Amino acid sequence: MGLFQKFFQNKERKQKAEKYKIGMMKTRQGSLSSLKDILTKSKAINEDLFSKLEEIFIMSDIGIDTVIEFIEELKESVKTMQLTNPLDLENLIVDKMFELYLKDEIINTNIRYNENGLTIILFVGVNGTGKTTTIGKMAYKIKQEGKRVMLAAGDTFRAGAINQLKVFGERVGVPVIAKEAGSDPSSVIFDAIGQAKKEHVDVLLVDTAGRLQNKVNLMNELNKISRIITRETNGQPFETYLVIDATTGQNGLSQAKIFSEVADVTGIVLTKLDGTAKGGIVLAIRHKLGIPISFIGLGEKLEDLEYFDIENYIYGLFADFFQS
Amino acid sequence: MAFENLTSRFQMALRRITGKARLNESDIDQMMREVRLSLLEADVNYKVVKEFTEEVKQQAYGERILKGLNPGQQVVKIVSDELTKLMGEKASDLRFNPNGITVMLMVGLQGAGKTTTAGKLANYIRKNNDKKPLLIAADIYRPAAIEQLQTVGSQLDIPVFEMGKIDPLTIVKEGLEFAKKEEFDLVIIDTAGRLHVDSDMMEEIRKIEALSKPNEVLLTVDAMTGQDAVNVAKAFNEALTLTGCILTKLDGDTRGGAALSIRKIADVPIKFSGTGEKLTEIEVFHPERMASRILGMGDVMSLVEKATAEIDEAEAMSMMEKMMSGNFNYNDLLKQMKMIKRMGKFSGILKMLPGMSTMANIDQVDDSQLAYIEAIIGSMTKDERKRPELIERSSSRRNRIAEGCGRSTTEISRLISTLDKQRKMMRQLQNMNPQNIENMAQGNFQPKESRAMRRSKNKKKGGYR
Repeated sequence: MGLFQKFFQNKERKQKAEKYKIGMMKTRQGSLSSLKDILTKSKAINEDLFSKLEEIFIMSDIGIDTVIEFIEELKESVKTMQLTNPLDLENLIVDKMFELYLKDEIINTNIRYNENGLTIILFVGVNGTGKTTTIGKMAYKIKQEGKRVMLAAGDTFRAGAINQLKVFGERVGVPVIAKEAGSDPSSVIFDAIGQAKKEHVDVLLVDTAGRLQNKVNLMNELNKISRIITRETNGQPFETYLVIDATTGQNGLSQAKIFSEVADVTGIVLTKLDGTAKGGIVLAIRHKLGIPISFIGLGEKLEDLEYFDIENYIYGLFADFFQS
Repeated sequence: MAFENLTSRFQMALRRITGKARLNESDIDQMMREVRLSLLEADVNYKVVKEFTEEVKQQAYGERILKGLNPGQQVVKIVSDELTKLMGEKASDLRFNPNGITVMLMVGLQGAGKTTTAGKLANYIRKNNDKKPLLIAADIYRPAAIEQLQTVGSQLDIPVFEMGKIDPLTIVKEGLEFAKKEEFDLVIIDTAGRLHVDSDMMEEIRKIEALSKPNEVLLTVDAMTGQDAVNVAKAFNEALTLTGCILTKLDGDTRGGAALSIRKIADVPIKFSGTGEKLTEIEVFHPERMASRILGMGDVMSLVEKATAEIDEAEAMSMMEKMMSGNFNYNDLLKQMKMIKRMGKFSGILKMLPGMSTMANIDQVDDSQLAYIEAIIGSMTKDERKRPELIERSSSRRNRIAEGCGRSTTEISRLISTLDKQRKMMRQLQNMNPQNIENMAQGNFQPKESRAMRRSKNKKKGGYR
């Protein structure tokens, strides 16, 4: 009996995890469900089996370096534990995945609210990952928790971005601070912070334009935004979420690395997990850069944003193990 | 540039094999391991990588290698050939309706860049194929999607047909009638981003396809897509008759392996690539050049083509000649900079030059530096601009220029050496033969100094004193 099964003996837990399972249904059918097939069909633990496992993990975009390390560790454990039955690998793989993600730390991915004053959350990422949509969803979520929310339209570059945010503001019923397209994003954000403080808003969600991480000028701009927020919050820590599309491959690592150089990225929002992509790159990001995943996007509706939970995530990926 | 890291990995792997007189099987295995890893790291689909490395291995094990005089070169050739084959042999043209309206349908996942690309494409075709384009806004789902297309349209001065958030089929139908009535001959339909597993949405796009009978159904794919690219392309190709693919955000630092996979597994040609945020930054996708870029050969051809499109041909030809002749001066540099400004970002252009892609920090090139350079040249006399060696020799001239333009003398010295380097590089380019290019691909290109270069070097020695 592995660590994993213990987690899901609690019924409430299991129900919560089911939600992930439904959202990630297509994801599972994509490839990781065949993990069980492979283990069942294999007669012995050998190189052939390991290379099949490697294939599965790589196909999930977990990242080549991380996969290679992972397989090495797996081999090591098989040796020390003297395992011979492929099915014994089930729990080992899941346990190792936990280890890979948790790294013996207690990860609290909840939003750190500022107890006495304004909480600012900055959203950054490359183009087209779903920053604006995520802000809409998060505004909805935080408002549901009974807090006063305001949005800042810091994407002044992309055509239609400001209006897109305004539409979300209307839907959720929260104010949006915006200037005309093409104006300086820093000044929009500065004004929004002032306005939010004046109106005693609890949480200000700040949108920014999508930018590819190799564009130095745009990254400098982001750095400036980050600095302004630091200054305006008197050095209070604030959340900076990097929004990553689940279909992203190895480039996700480069995104996480460079974005956290210019802004202190505190968490990742993994979007579009309702497709066939597995978003495995976030495991590599956590493994290599230590940035945890905070939220996941599971659909287009306002309520389709969930706090990330590694147990549920892995359960979503490996659910077939625990069906019978 | 995309493929950059893949390039260096390949170069590493190739270097290991070149310079050896004989190859053994373990050499080949070792190299194929590197090739395999670098392709996987580049997000090329696992299955494609497997097939690719197998094919190359099979060929490499053959007699040609073991009996060959220079086995390293042969492996390079095989890798390059197979890669080119994998990417597709040549650029695929767009299909136009010879008599009547050409209809193009943009499809893809959310956030791939359909709307921006629709605008870029309309502008590109208007310019290169002399068409009168109309954009149809059929994304009724995402907030402000219609407005985004309208903004893009007004920036490019291309009309956008929209009917608000009603049934997209009606919008498309009415839009096509409008196009007919108003005598547009190119219609590009922007559709909502959709997941390939969303059966309702896929049904909708099927209906739009049946109604509009497009000449081109273009799948827009983010160049950063990982292993999933293949699933997406496959599913869209099964639902629709895809005629091509457009790879967006290729100006990022992604290695863009998705390009290789899509071509191989879904058998869809990649027709265009998006290479920047400006609405003119779209390029015809040249698979064979992309393959050569993987091997580190730079992309002079793309540069030449881009230059000729933006600049009138005579001007470009004389500039190319000047560049190639190696004696160009500050006047030419100034002219070149103005041309480059018209072409787009300097850093983008730079990366197309051979050898530059491997230089570190290429993206650190700050476009605002161009303004400083202009100021420095502006403070030179006419004579100095024509004869760069004047400044090179005289520190008092350099001081005078520094005072005139308000930049430091260090910066001026840097400009001098930049011009010098550029002249040398251009001269090398001109003297290049296929052998050198191959050496360059392996990263050990050592140009032979021409007599003229040696002479100018000697001259300089005394010059500073």
